Amino acid sequence: MRIGALKDNYGADQALFDTAVQRLWLALGAVALLAFPFAASDYWLYLACLVGIHIVSTTGLNILTGYTGLVSLGQAAFMGVGAYVVALAETRLGTPFLLNLLAAGLVTAAVGMVVGVPSLRVKGLYLAIATIAASFILHFVFQNWTAVTGGTRGLSIPPAQLFGLELARPFALYWVIAPLACIMVLAAANLFRTRIGRAFIAIRDRDISAEVLGIPLLRYKLMSFGLSSFYAGVAGGLWAYFFRVVTPESFPFVYSIFFLAAVIVGGMGTILGGILGAVFMTLVPEALKLVVGLLSPWMPNAVAMLSPVRTIVFGALIIGFLILEPHGLAEIWRRIRRFFHLWPFKT
Amino acid sequence: MEFDWLFFLEVTLAGLGSGALLALTALAFVLIYKATKVVNLAIGEMLMVGAYLFFSFAAGFGLPVWLAIPLALIGGGLLGAIVERTIIRPMLGESAISVFMVTIGLGSVLVGLVEIIWGAAPTQLPEFMGTTPLFIGDAYVSRKIAIGFAVASIVIAAFVLAFRFWRGGVALRATATDQGAAYSCGIDVPKVFSAAWIVAGVAAAGAGILVGAVGGISPTMGVFGLSALVVVIVGGLDSIAGALVGGLVVGLVEAWSGTFIGGEYKLLATFGLLILILMVRPYGLFGTVEIERL
Repeated sequence: MRIGALKDNYGADQALFDTAVQRLWLALGAVALLAFPFAASDYWLYLACLVGIHIVSTTGLNILTGYTGLVSLGQAAFMGVGAYVVALAETRLGTPFLLNLLAAGLVTAAVGMVVGVPSLRVKGLYLAIATIAASFILHFVFQNWTAVTGGTRGLSIPPAQLFGLELARPFALYWVIAPLACIMVLAAANLFRTRIGRAFIAIRDRDISAEVLGIPLLRYKLMSFGLSSFYAGVAGGLWAYFFRVVTPESFPFVYSIFFLAAVIVGGMGTILGGILGAVFMTLVPEALKLVVGLLSPWMPNAVAMLSPVRTIVFGALIIGFLILEPHGLAEIWRRIRRFFHLWPFKT
Repeated sequence: MEFDWLFFLEVTLAGLGSGALLALTALAFVLIYKATKVVNLAIGEMLMVGAYLFFSFAAGFGLPVWLAIPLALIGGGLLGAIVERTIIRPMLGESAISVFMVTIGLGSVLVGLVEIIWGAAPTQLPEFMGTTPLFIGDAYVSRKIAIGFAVASIVIAAFVLAFRFWRGGVALRATATDQGAAYSCGIDVPKVFSAAWIVAGVAAAGAGILVGAVGGISPTMGVFGLSALVVVIVGGLDSIAGALVGGLVVGLVEAWSGTFIGGEYKLLATFGLLILILMVRPYGLFGTVEIERL
């Protein structure tokens, strides 16, 4: 039960975590994140790492689509750029791990800004289609620039090294991915307390009005593309270290749809939505696998059905959320929270 | 090396043939966009369902072709109607992006359903067009592509005439211009929406049968819809003439780049064309330029 929160200055009003209860929960969450690798099995650690990577990428896409209103269907291709940059830096140059990730982010940001150039002339659906085109062109480059990308065979990457430790198993990588994901999500949350972030939101709400208010559209749209691709690039770099082999098929077009779906299912334009969406969309296929495993004694062809059922559920989730809960999981979460805030007074 | 004009001509004819199929698919797309302002990314998947329906009527139930084709077309129309009523109607008034995403989800659902019902392996449609090659002058043309071209042209011509003279076509154009005004003139706008989806479903199913007859069917044949997407962007989202011209242009570009540069460049050339058009003429060759006011 919360009666009210008194805020006596502007800073308090803008704070990301404004109540003591919230901070307590946050601390508990942090402890849970720290304790998780010691309690969980390898499979769950694998999932946790994958979820972390997806959270980074989804948050990036959320900056672009949820906050700036520019729909992109190229997020997976951008991740691919990051993954290839990491693979090349690791195998050809042997530069250190964190530097490679940074390089992946920066190179991808540059690519993303190039892809974003049409965003000045076209928007909405046309832009979405332009990013589809860009993602297919990038895919083509991955596949056919054999001298650099290794063609369809792809590139394999040695395990990451950090402070003399080898990060090969999910247990070790978790300690990199989880903090990095937390930092990047926090950075994104903070972004929207700054001029840049507010400019993004203004552009989303009405770009002509934003321009009238003195926001240079091209610069901010490109900045949004750059930031979003930076996240994708870092996520792709982590992906490369996690799976340790990068092929053109690793980043198919459906993967881009996956991220857009995660943003929608989670809730567009909320940081929490990006997290929830990424977690949910990553875990649903695993849950389906579990169900199929349980059903297989009674249904002999259950395993063969897994892939199409996953495709259907994927599509149905997008449709269902858009029709029934357009604000996504974040809105459901807010309703639950409000229920407990007002609990004995309003049920 | 001397340039082989005959070969070039044959490639060009093949390109025009597949361009006609693209134009037919694009027409289904434009129809929906014009009437309901929905960008239907699932058009490739609707086309695939049409092809699979024909496959099960003709090969599965062993029906004769003259019966299987209308049944498949009806099935396609039914699919369009169901989709419109259950998925698109509730999204009325939502932002264009949301509706666009819904159709992406729909495409995914359709692919999954087809894989469950018919399996994931690619198959061939039963032969129903004959294989005797045709010659135009000295140039060889595949019979299937020629028939596809002819059918697509006839259907497109019928559409153009219907838009011009048929009452329903006029109602559709009126709805496209101004929904409110159309409503006040006594046009049943929701019915127009349904009709547009049904007709588009039929057209997509027809295109699916033709495409499947040429290239075989598989759950991934919905990728054809991406080429159709390029066509409508090139031609303009709401222009029937644009769909025609765009279809032929994209068909030619695909055929030429696929033959003279290499098969893997086909998609690159198409999407390169798309980006070029978006940069130079964002609303396509014949599309209506949207003027934004504050």
